[in-house]
Amino acid sequence: MRSEPFFHTIAELAALLDAGKLSSVELTKAVVARTKAVDARVKAFNSYDEDDALAQAAASDARRSTGQVRGLLEGIPVGLKDVISVANQPLTASSRMLANFISPYDATVTQRLKRAGAVLWGRLNLDEFAMGSSTENSAFGPTHNPWDLSRVPGGSSGGSAAALAAGEAVATLGSDTGGSIRQPAALCGVVGLKPSYGLVSRYGLIAFASSLDQIGPLTRTVEDASIMLGVIAGHDPFDSTSCQTEVPDYRAALAEKRGPWRIGIPQEYFGEGLDPEVGAAVEQAIAFYRSRQCVIKEVSLPHTQYCLDTYYIIATAEASSNLARYDGIRYGHRTAEAVDVGELYCKSRAEGFGAEVKRRIILGTYVLSSGYYDAYYLRAQKVRTLIRRDFLNAYQDVDALLTPTSPVPAFTLGEKTNPLAMYLCDIYTIGANLAGLPAISVPCGFTGGGLPIGLQLIGQPFREAELLPIAHCYEQAHDWHTAHPKL
Amino acid sequence: MNYEAVIGLEVHVQVKTRTKMFTRVAAGYGHEPNTLTDPVVLALPGVLPVMNKAALDAIIKAGLMLGCEIAPVCKWDRKQYFYPDSPKNYQISQYDQPICLGGTVEIELPGPARNVMGEHKRVPLTRIHLEEDVGKLNHFATESLVDYNRAGTPLMEIVSEPAMHTAEEAYAYLTSLRATMIYGGISDCDMEKGQLRCDANISIRPVGAARLGTKVELKNLNSISFVRDGIAHEIKRQIGVMARGEAIVQETRDYDGQTGASQSLRSKEMAHDYRYFPDPDLMPVQVDAEWKARLRAACPELPFEKQRRFLEQYQVPYTITSVLIWDRELSDYFEEVAQLAGPGRAQAAGNWIVNDLLREIGTAKTSLGAAKVRPAHLAELVQLIDAGSLLTNTAKEVFIAMFASGESPTAIIARQGLNAAATDVGEIEIWCHAAIAANAKALAEFKTGKDSAINAFKGPVMKAAKGRANPKLVDEVLRRLLAAL
Repeated sequence: MRSEPFFHTIAELAALLDAGKLSSVELTKAVVARTKAVDARVKAFNSYDEDDALAQAAASDARRSTGQVRGLLEGIPVGLKDVISVANQPLTASSRMLANFISPYDATVTQRLKRAGAVLWGRLNLDEFAMGSSTENSAFGPTHNPWDLSRVPGGSSGGSAAALAAGEAVATLGSDTGGSIRQPAALCGVVGLKPSYGLVSRYGLIAFASSLDQIGPLTRTVEDASIMLGVIAGHDPFDSTSCQTEVPDYRAALAEKRGPWRIGIPQEYFGEGLDPEVGAAVEQAIAFYRSRQCVIKEVSLPHTQYCLDTYYIIATAEASSNLARYDGIRYGHRTAEAVDVGELYCKSRAEGFGAEVKRRIILGTYVLSSGYYDAYYLRAQKVRTLIRRDFLNAYQDVDALLTPTSPVPAFTLGEKTNPLAMYLCDIYTIGANLAGLPAISVPCGFTGGGLPIGLQLIGQPFREAELLPIAHCYEQAHDWHTAHPKL
Repeated sequence: MNYEAVIGLEVHVQVKTRTKMFTRVAAGYGHEPNTLTDPVVLALPGVLPVMNKAALDAIIKAGLMLGCEIAPVCKWDRKQYFYPDSPKNYQISQYDQPICLGGTVEIELPGPARNVMGEHKRVPLTRIHLEEDVGKLNHFATESLVDYNRAGTPLMEIVSEPAMHTAEEAYAYLTSLRATMIYGGISDCDMEKGQLRCDANISIRPVGAARLGTKVELKNLNSISFVRDGIAHEIKRQIGVMARGEAIVQETRDYDGQTGASQSLRSKEMAHDYRYFPDPDLMPVQVDAEWKARLRAACPELPFEKQRRFLEQYQVPYTITSVLIWDRELSDYFEEVAQLAGPGRAQAAGNWIVNDLLREIGTAKTSLGAAKVRPAHLAELVQLIDAGSLLTNTAKEVFIAMFASGESPTAIIARQGLNAAATDVGEIEIWCHAAIAANAKALAEFKTGKDSAINAFKGPVMKAAKGRANPKLVDEVLRRLLAAL
C-alpha cells in the first residue's frame, strides 16, 4: 500500500471508500492539494475547477452515505485530456483556436464516467489537436516529465500521463491516434491502453484522424485500466463507428486467465533506432514470459516499413478535413482584422493554429487533391489493408505481440526539432492504430538515468479481455509500477 | 447555321423528414433563425454524424419510382470547400457511388392544341444521390449573418443526362419530376421555400453535330417558369455569341428572373477542387432486397400512368385528366367521386371538380384537404342531375351551398326549398304548344328537315318554366308534338 492517497490505485481507493476509511472529499482535496503543490513544475493541466470537483466529491459522498453507489469509480478523481468534451467546461485541444471555447455538451465517455460516479477533475494538456509526441506542441506551453522535469512526458496525451505519474489524478483519459496514450504512458512510467477501434465511443472527442482515434485510459495498474475500460467501452448510438459488441468483465478476466500464452516477437520492431537500454528491458520482459512457460515466437510483419508513410497520409488527410470547421465563423478564434470572408478564414486559421497543425493540414490537403488522391490516399488505404493482414496472419500462431512501446525513453525538451525525428517516436505504436487493434503499454524498467521504460503488448481485435491478463501477469511479478517520481 | 441546344438539369430536392440528415434535431422552414440547431448541426468540436434512415428510405423510394438501379451499399463521402453556410466546411455527400443510378423521367411536351395530348418522352437520368443541405447567408450593409436552420436537412440531387433540347422540355421535365416527388411523399417541392432548386447545364452545337459544345451552368432558377425563361435566354445568348464569331466560355452564370438577364459568376479556372474522400465517421449501409421490396410496395402510381388509366377506365376527356393528374390528392378525390357516382358519370364528376370545385377552392383561398365538399355529396349531385331531378343552373347554386356548409345536396335542396326540375308532362306540354304556335317559321323549317330548328322552341319553353323544366323532357315533348302536327 502506498502512503499518499493520490498515489493509490482505483482498486485500493474503492476499498478505502467502501470501508469508510476515506471520503471522496478527502481524496479529492488530497489530489487538489497535490496538484497545487506540483503542477507549477509539471504543467500537466490546462485548467481545473477546484470548487466543481469538490462539489462532485461531496455529491458522491452523499450518494455513498445513502447507499446509492453508482459504480466502481464512485468518488474517484479522473482527469480528462483537453480534447474530451465535458458540458460547461473548457475544451481547448491546447490550441489558441479554442482557447476560450466552453463546450455545451458531454462526450459519451464523460457521461459514462459520471454514471459510474467519477469526480471529473481538470483539463489535461496535450500536443495541439493531439498532433505530436512530446506535448511541446501545446499552445499553452509544454508539460514536463515528472521523472525529470527537463524532459518531455511524451505525447500527445502528455498531460494525462504526467498528471497521473505526479499524483495529480488517480486515473486519466487520453486519446490515441498513433500512440498518443501508450508512448506518454511509457515515458512517464504508467499503464496506457488503446482499445480496439470501435470499442469506445468517439462522440465528444475532438477528431484528429477519425479512422484511427480511440479514447483510452491511463492508470497506475492493469487492473485499473480494466476497471476504466469496463466503464467507457460499449456501443454508442451517437457514434456510427462504434461496434455492437458485448463488454465483458475485464477485471474478472485478470484473475481467470493466467496463461501460458503464445507471444509473438515481431522482428521488424527491434531494428535500427532502438535505444539499447530500452531493448534490454524488453528482452528481460520476454525472458520473464518464457520463464512462465509462454511460447515465444519470432514473427514477421512484412509491411511494417510502410507504416509511418501510410499513417502520415491517412492521418493528415482526415485531419485536414476534420479541422476545417475551425474557421472563426461560429466559435473559436477569429482574427481582429479581415476585410472579407476569405481573409477571415485565412487570418483566423493562421493565427489560431500552431506550426505542426498547419504542417499536417497542408500535407493532408495535398494528398487529397485532385490528381493526387489515387497515388496517396487510395494507395495508403490499400497498404493499410496489407498492414492489418500482417497482424491477423501473425495471430494465427500467437495470442499477442510484444514490442517496445517507444524506441527511446523521455528526451529533453527542445531536443527533437526535426518533425521527422519526432514522427519516429511513434514507429512501434502506429501499427495498432492502422490495424484497429488493442494495445497496452506497461512499465518494464528504468534506464540508468532513472527514466521509465514501457513494454507494449498488442492484442487481437476486440479481445481486450485476452490482452489485459497478459499485461497483468507481467505487472504483478514486477514492482516497476509502484515507483513514483520525487517531486 | 442552325443550332441545337443540349440541356441537362441538376435538381436539388429537400427530403421531407421529421429530423435532419445526420442528427436528431427537427428539420423545418420558417422558424426563428438558428433554432433548428444542435451541436452536430453547428459542427461543434467532437460531434459525429449518425444517418437518418428515413432519408435513405425516401431516396430509395424516389429512385424506385423513377426506375433507377439502387446501389447495394450506401456510401458517404466528404465534399470539401470553405463557405460560411457550411458548418463543417465540408458537406457529407455521395461521390463515386450514388445510391441511385440511371432511371428516367417521363415528360409530355405541349400538344398542338390545349385539348390534344402532346408527345411523350423519357428523359434519362444519370444519378440521384443524397447529401445534406447547407445554411443560409443573409447579407446586410456591413455584415453577413448565417442561419443554420436549413443546414443538415436531407437533400437529394437528381442529375439528368444532357438529353433535353428545348426550354419547353426542361419545363416539362421539372413539372413531371416535381409531381412525382410530391406523389411519393418524398418532398413538398415548394420552390419558394427552396424545397426544389434547379441548375441547368446548357450548350449548343450545329444541328447534326455529335460533339457537345462548351457548356454554361445557369444558377438561381428559382421557379419552374424561370427555368424555362432562363434556358431560352441562355440558348439565344449562346447563338448570339457564335453568330458574332466568338467562343462560348465555360462558366457559371446567374439568371435574374425579374430582369430576364444573366451575368457571369465564375469561370472554369476558378472551379473548386472538392477533395472528395470517403467519410470516416460513417459506415457504409447495406441495402438488401427485402429493404427495397418494402419500399417498392410503397411506391404510388405515377402521374402519367394514372392519366393513361383514367382515359381508359373512366373515358374522361384528356383536358380533364391533364388537370387532375398533377395533384395526387385531387386525382384520388376524382376517383372516389367517379366510383360513387357510378358508370357513365365520370366525365360529369371530372367537370365539376376541374371547373367548379377548383374555382371555389381558388376563390376561398383554401385547399382540397380543407374543402368541405365530400366526394359522396358531389357524387350525389352528379346523380341527381343525371336523373333529371336537378337542373344545371340550380345545381350550381346547390354546389356553392355544399361548398359553404358541407351538407349533402338533398339536405340543401330540402332546406332552401330549391325546386327540383319540373317533370309534370302536362305542364310542359302547355308551354310547348304555346312555343310552337308562336313561331311558324321555325315550325316550317323543322318540317322541311332542319332538325336544329327545334332549338328555337326550347328558349321560350324554358322562359315560361322559369328555367326549371327538365331539358330532356322538353326535347321529348317537343318532338312528339311536332311529329303529330
